[in-house]
Amino acid sequence: MGSLFHWIVFILTALTAIFAAVMVITRRNPIHSALFLVLNFLCIAVLYLLLNSQFIAIIQVMIYAGAIMMLVIFVIMLLSVEEERRTYKVRLSPAKVIGLVVALILFAELVYGIALRVLPGVKGEFTPEKIAQMGDIKAVASLLFTRFLFPFEVASILLLVGIIGAVILSKKER
Amino acid sequence: MIEYVWLIPLLPAVGFLFNGLIGRWYNLDKRVVSWVACSVLGLSFFFSILVFFSLLKLPPDARAAVPDKVLFDWIVSGGLKTVIGYKIDPLSIVMAMVVSGVSFFIHIYSVGYMHDDPGFTRYFAYLNLFVFMMLTLVLANNFLLMFVGWEGVGLCSYLLIGFWFERDAPANAGKKAFVVNRVGDFGFLLGMFLIFAHLGTLEFNEVFAKAHLLDPVTVTMITLLLFVGATGKSAQIPLYVWLPDAMEGPTPVSSLIHAATMVTSGVYMIARCHVIYSMAPVSMAVVAIFGAATAIYAASMGILQFDIKRVLAYSTISQLGYMFLAVGVGAFSAGIFHLMTHAFFKGLLFLGAGSVMHALSGELDMRKMGGLWKKTPITFWTFLMATLAIAGIPGFSGFFSKDEILWQAFSSPHGHLFLWLVGAVAAGMTAFYMFRLTFVTFLGQCRASEEVKKHIHESPPIMTVPLIILAVLSVIGGYVGIPHVLGGRNYFHEFLAPVLGGLPEGAGHASLSLIKSAYAAGAVEEIGSVNWEIILMVVSVVIALIGISIALYLYILKPDVPKRLAQRFRTLYTIVFNKYYVDEIYEACFVSSAKKIGTFFWREFDDGVVDRSVNLVAGLMLWWGRVLRKIQTGYVQGYALGILLGAVVVIIFLIK
Amino acid sequence: MLPNVPPVCYLIVSALIFAIGAVGVLIRRDAIVIFMCIEMMLSAVNLSLITASHYLDSLDGVLMVFFVMTVAAAEAAVGLAIFVLLYRGRGTIKVDEINLLKW
Repeated sequence: MGSLFHWIVFILTALTAIFAAVMVITRRNPIHSALFLVLNFLCIAVLYLLLNSQFIAIIQVMIYAGAIMMLVIFVIMLLSVEEERRTYKVRLSPAKVIGLVVALILFAELVYGIALRVLPGVKGEFTPEKIAQMGDIKAVASLLFTRFLFPFEVASILLLVGIIGAVILSKKER
Repeated sequence: MIEYVWLIPLLPAVGFLFNGLIGRWYNLDKRVVSWVACSVLGLSFFFSILVFFSLLKLPPDARAAVPDKVLFDWIVSGGLKTVIGYKIDPLSIVMAMVVSGVSFFIHIYSVGYMHDDPGFTRYFAYLNLFVFMMLTLVLANNFLLMFVGWEGVGLCSYLLIGFWFERDAPANAGKKAFVVNRVGDFGFLLGMFLIFAHLGTLEFNEVFAKAHLLDPVTVTMITLLLFVGATGKSAQIPLYVWLPDAMEGPTPVSSLIHAATMVTSGVYMIARCHVIYSMAPVSMAVVAIFGAATAIYAASMGILQFDIKRVLAYSTISQLGYMFLAVGVGAFSAGIFHLMTHAFFKGLLFLGAGSVMHALSGELDMRKMGGLWKKTPITFWTFLMATLAIAGIPGFSGFFSKDEILWQAFSSPHGHLFLWLVGAVAAGMTAFYMFRLTFVTFLGQCRASEEVKKHIHESPPIMTVPLIILAVLSVIGGYVGIPHVLGGRNYFHEFLAPVLGGLPEGAGHASLSLIKSAYAAGAVEEIGSVNWEIILMVVSVVIALIGISIALYLYILKPDVPKRLAQRFRTLYTIVFNKYYVDEIYEACFVSSAKKIGTFFWREFDDGVVDRSVNLVAGLMLWWGRVLRKIQTGYVQGYALGILLGAVVVIIFLIK
Repeated sequence: MLPNVPPVCYLIVSALIFAIGAVGVLIRRDAIVIFMCIEMMLSAVNLSLITASHYLDSLDGVLMVFFVMTVAAAEAAVGLAIFVLLYRGRGTIKVDEINLLKW
């Protein structure tokens, strides 16, 4: 049932995503970093599609790759952040080495944890067949407006607060 | 009316809060302050009288069984349950009336006496607080609340002795009173602990109901420890030393606290605990012996003093000795009776002394007085009344109460001929030194300086009216307890009998059965022992008259004799004049060594151990702070690294 | 036939991107790049949530991701505003030149 196709798409997008992530943290020009981040987000959206979550995939493209990254690039342009100095790449301070080592340990731990037990949870009711039958967005909406109504409302308030906060912060003082 | 008993102590507390907070803060007018202070006392006195009369309406047996007025639970902790509650029975209400009444008059007197003092408001606040505490003491229905009052009056005593704290002498006297009282309070506390340990309660009713469960040794311990407390508060041997020094306070304070009310609380406490005291004959004997010894010992010191207030102070100690003699021989109601009459006449004597000081611009040395009776007639006549009363001249209140104590000392089963003898001699000495005081102060030639002489004047009415009222009470106060042999009826004992029981029954003298039959018959029969009572009465009056005659002879007829006598018995005179050097002995034995111990602990323990360890901890914290401060670089990536490290550690625990 | 792609693969990809993001947070000096790295870490976490959701036949993970995205959007708005403010005040958004937290 199209497993080979799945495998090929998965491997390609996963490698692209990892490559993009590495490029994000190594590019000296923030604009380049931002563009590679967009690539990373798009790859992850493809992975979402592979995982049968069309709704989240669309949201990912729209909000993350679209809105948020737009904002980021906009701010970068606005602040005209110059490139980090060339010397930076050569000189790794001890703190950064420690950071690198700790991040590696973290990764090892995560892999070890993943390999130890894979998703030991109990199965839920939303099988792929059921979702296909009622439609992904409808299934999400049915939960969002029933069981998760309260967090939903809280999230809306959070967004409002975010908007007001952004306005107040960036407003010029008189 | 009995329900409202809580108003009696509450009103002075209100006065204290008003004067102490509002009055002091807003510098209220002296008139407002004095009106508030006196009117709360007046109301309190009024309510005591109302409660007294409603108690009087009850049948005698019901009077002691009035349920305690419990306001609220105070401390409830484990086995300890203490309430704020007031006990209403004849004993407590008599005390409440005496305290609030005498306080009322002395408050009024103080308005005149303290009029020009800058601490006027503070004075009345303290005085109101004192009355509140004293009423708490006498109305409390458990030992702990009584102890609150006990400590509270001690505090007020300290505050008021040291009222003029700018000068060294009052400040030191206050301190001395406080410290000496602590010694006694320690005994009181231990006594309370023993009671609680053995009976599991501190409520008077329960303690006395369960008292029979105690074994004799424990009872003796408890009563002796409580008596230690009484010796501190009521200035008995060996803890009397603070009272003469306490005269540094304002004279109305000496009158109220150090003569009429506070110092008698030890007597009240023993009378209140008469149930357990009656179970401990050894303690009774100790109380009686200490009382008698104090009576004669203090009287001997009073003979030679020249400071008018100190004479009265020693006289107070001596009279308190009488009261302890009374309760020690089991004549509890006689002790309370003397307490009451003493409150009248000794309060009056002090107020009279204050009036004299007022007239003489604050002079205290009686050698610089004399001949005042013409210029200050009211003071003189009232003072004379009180002197006659304390000397035990028939017809005055002191006669009835003192004579009863002497008779009980002689006839009670706990009494002894020797106790009577000591008491009688002390009575003679009392008559002597009190008349010496009166004669030297008011009669003869005026020895004051010309400057002072010009200003001699009678005190204003606000001071003389309380004098007159107390003088009237000093005269008639004794008629509520006329001995049966004189054909009277002892209302006072009848009233207190439901609480304190009848007068002790003499095995050989059978006085009680006699009195009982006299109650029944309404008449007195001439039996052998009654004759004894009359004989003793006559003897004590004769002794008092002898004392007066000697005073008359030495200080009016032959004023040069005392000096020659002093020359003749130089050693004895010096010893007695210096109060047997007791202060010096205490200083050498206790005070200096206590100071040394204190200095040692201060220098070695406090400075060396406590301070050093505190400094060590503080230094350690400082060092740690210096080390750990380096972590706080302020760079956000440092903190991010910290978070990540934390996450790594947490994940180690999660994936295990 | 090949087996389905096992969840381990997705999870390892997710962990790897997360770790790369962490490294970026720790070594970059530019606040905006650090911010982008954080966004990357968030989306890595989202990936693992969706994976779990898919293989456990549940939609809870999907909804969780929905809320994470909401928070990320709010964070972006406020965070970028702070950067603008910071730049206005101090002329730089290099984190190693800003140690205001020390005081």
